[in-house]
Amino acid sequence: MMDYFLQQLINGLTLGAVYGLIAIGYTMVYGIIGMINFAHGEIFMIGSFISLISFLILSSIGAFSAVFAILIVLLVTMIFTAVFGWSVERIAYRPLRDSFKLAPLISAIGMSIFLQSFVQVFQGARPKPLQPIMHGGIKLLEHDGFAVQISYLQIIIILLTVGLMIGFTAVIQQTPLGRSQRACEQDRTMAALLGVNVDRTISLTFVMGAALAAVAGLMFTLYYGVIDFFIGFLAGVKAFTAAVLGGIGSLPGAMLGGVLIGLIEAFWSAYFSIAYKDVAVFMVLVLVLIFRPTGLLGRPEVEKV
Amino acid sequence: MSQLDNYAPVGKPALLTVEHLTMRFGGLVAIDDLSFTAHERDITALIGPNGAGKTTVFNCLTGFYKPTVGRITMKREGQDYLLEQMEGFRITRLAGVARTFQNIRLFSGMTVFENLIVAQHNHLMNASMFSIAGLLGLPRYRSAEKEAIELAKFWLHKTGLYERADNPASSLPYGAQRRLEIARAMCTKPRLLCLDEPAAGLNPKESGELNDLLLSIRTDQGIGVLLIEHDMSVVMKISDHVVVLDYGRKISDGAPYDVRNDENVIKAYLGEDEDEDLPPEIAADVGMQP
Repeated sequence: MMDYFLQQLINGLTLGAVYGLIAIGYTMVYGIIGMINFAHGEIFMIGSFISLISFLILSSIGAFSAVFAILIVLLVTMIFTAVFGWSVERIAYRPLRDSFKLAPLISAIGMSIFLQSFVQVFQGARPKPLQPIMHGGIKLLEHDGFAVQISYLQIIIILLTVGLMIGFTAVIQQTPLGRSQRACEQDRTMAALLGVNVDRTISLTFVMGAALAAVAGLMFTLYYGVIDFFIGFLAGVKAFTAAVLGGIGSLPGAMLGGVLIGLIEAFWSAYFSIAYKDVAVFMVLVLVLIFRPTGLLGRPEVEKV
Repeated sequence: MSQLDNYAPVGKPALLTVEHLTMRFGGLVAIDDLSFTAHERDITALIGPNGAGKTTVFNCLTGFYKPTVGRITMKREGQDYLLEQMEGFRITRLAGVARTFQNIRLFSGMTVFENLIVAQHNHLMNASMFSIAGLLGLPRYRSAEKEAIELAKFWLHKTGLYERADNPASSLPYGAQRRLEIARAMCTKPRLLCLDEPAAGLNPKESGELNDLLLSIRTDQGIGVLLIEHDMSVVMKISDHVVVLDYGRKISDGAPYDVRNDENVIKAYLGEDEDEDLPPEIAADVGMQP
């Protein structure tokens, strides 16, 4: 019983890492311009496609060691996806920034549909498989014929995520860029008066969010081995749920929310019904919105009268 | 006729020149053909009754409003910057204009110290090459960071906030928050500091400390100060030059003493003397002999 639980814990953490990375993009954008970037799930999907394409190109060139190949693909995917993230902000959101509040939201949904159709047209609607890059794993313990196993891929996913989150927190906490992001989050006008280039800071926020979503996309491709143009929707909405659960606008909240959503999904599939795993996740969204709208780590909004 | 433009200080070149500034919002004329000059190492006070257009002038200076007509020139190191054509963040960066608001706008989620470091953003951002050098801890960034910390410390001492450097900005008492705003503006290394009612809500002791701080910014730092203020004790005590607005027009301009005795100013503040006696019954009620 214990080993089954442990196995699901590992699976859940891996899944949670992916959701957490996407959720950071939602929460950062919400923090800085107060809108939900509904195209963010599509950015993730594009990241997974770019990683798939890069893997195929690499493997057609010749043999690389798996870790080396993953590193190259990681870099390429982050760069290209970041360009997508930057363009989405530049084209669909910046012109509407001073418009009424719903306009960027509608524009985000439009962008999401556009990106989905774009990939559907250029890559086809059929699911795309990728040969497993990495095999094997470590047997943690074996008991009554049931082995608790953590694959090398899972180790890479979890380590990479932890590393990225540490690095990312350092950027936000300690660098001038992170400080200017926090300044823009609190008072954009004042930040501009202190010489912060607000437009550029917002662009960089989208770039960073997209780069993290790209990593998530790469992990998804490696982990599941099959992608299609529609994966962005469900993953995006779940990551959004994670961001809300953690407290939208809070970075540690997004990470925590991602892990929790991953665990809920894994355990629900294991102990209850796999068919209803998405229902479980969205039940969490409903419950959070009813009982704790500010999320686990979010600050309650105090309205000044 | 009133005294307009009779202020010409010796040895203090012009710093900010506003020429024929007009700002219309639809049919409302908020500023009407306003021209004035703020000089280097001068405290210039912009005063006038409520709704005279003082804050609108500030908003034009700092790029919030694009003036309908007019030119605003800022001189810095021999170069002229036309503020009405510049983007907001460049005004601070290149022309060296810093400003505070009537209501306090600190970054309340950051510490006192961080508020001062954010103000030195440009300097640090350039040194860190978009944070890359910052993360790697390259020497170039280290030394820039050290300078930034020194400047922040200097202003913390100057404003008496050193002991509270690591407190959240929102936890400071009101008067200290006001001082922190000024310290933060000074950390952008401005040539001209624009303060919108810095003494509002301060008690007499705090207001006295503010006077000393502003005088020191002018004298020791050699920075020009442009001040909107309602508290006449502050205005008359520390300013070198007073510009009076009423309904968006300049009605007087000169040294504090001259302005105080200008009849236009008295009229604007106290209303016209209408030479009309009170009706007898009211006069009787208030105990005046008709």
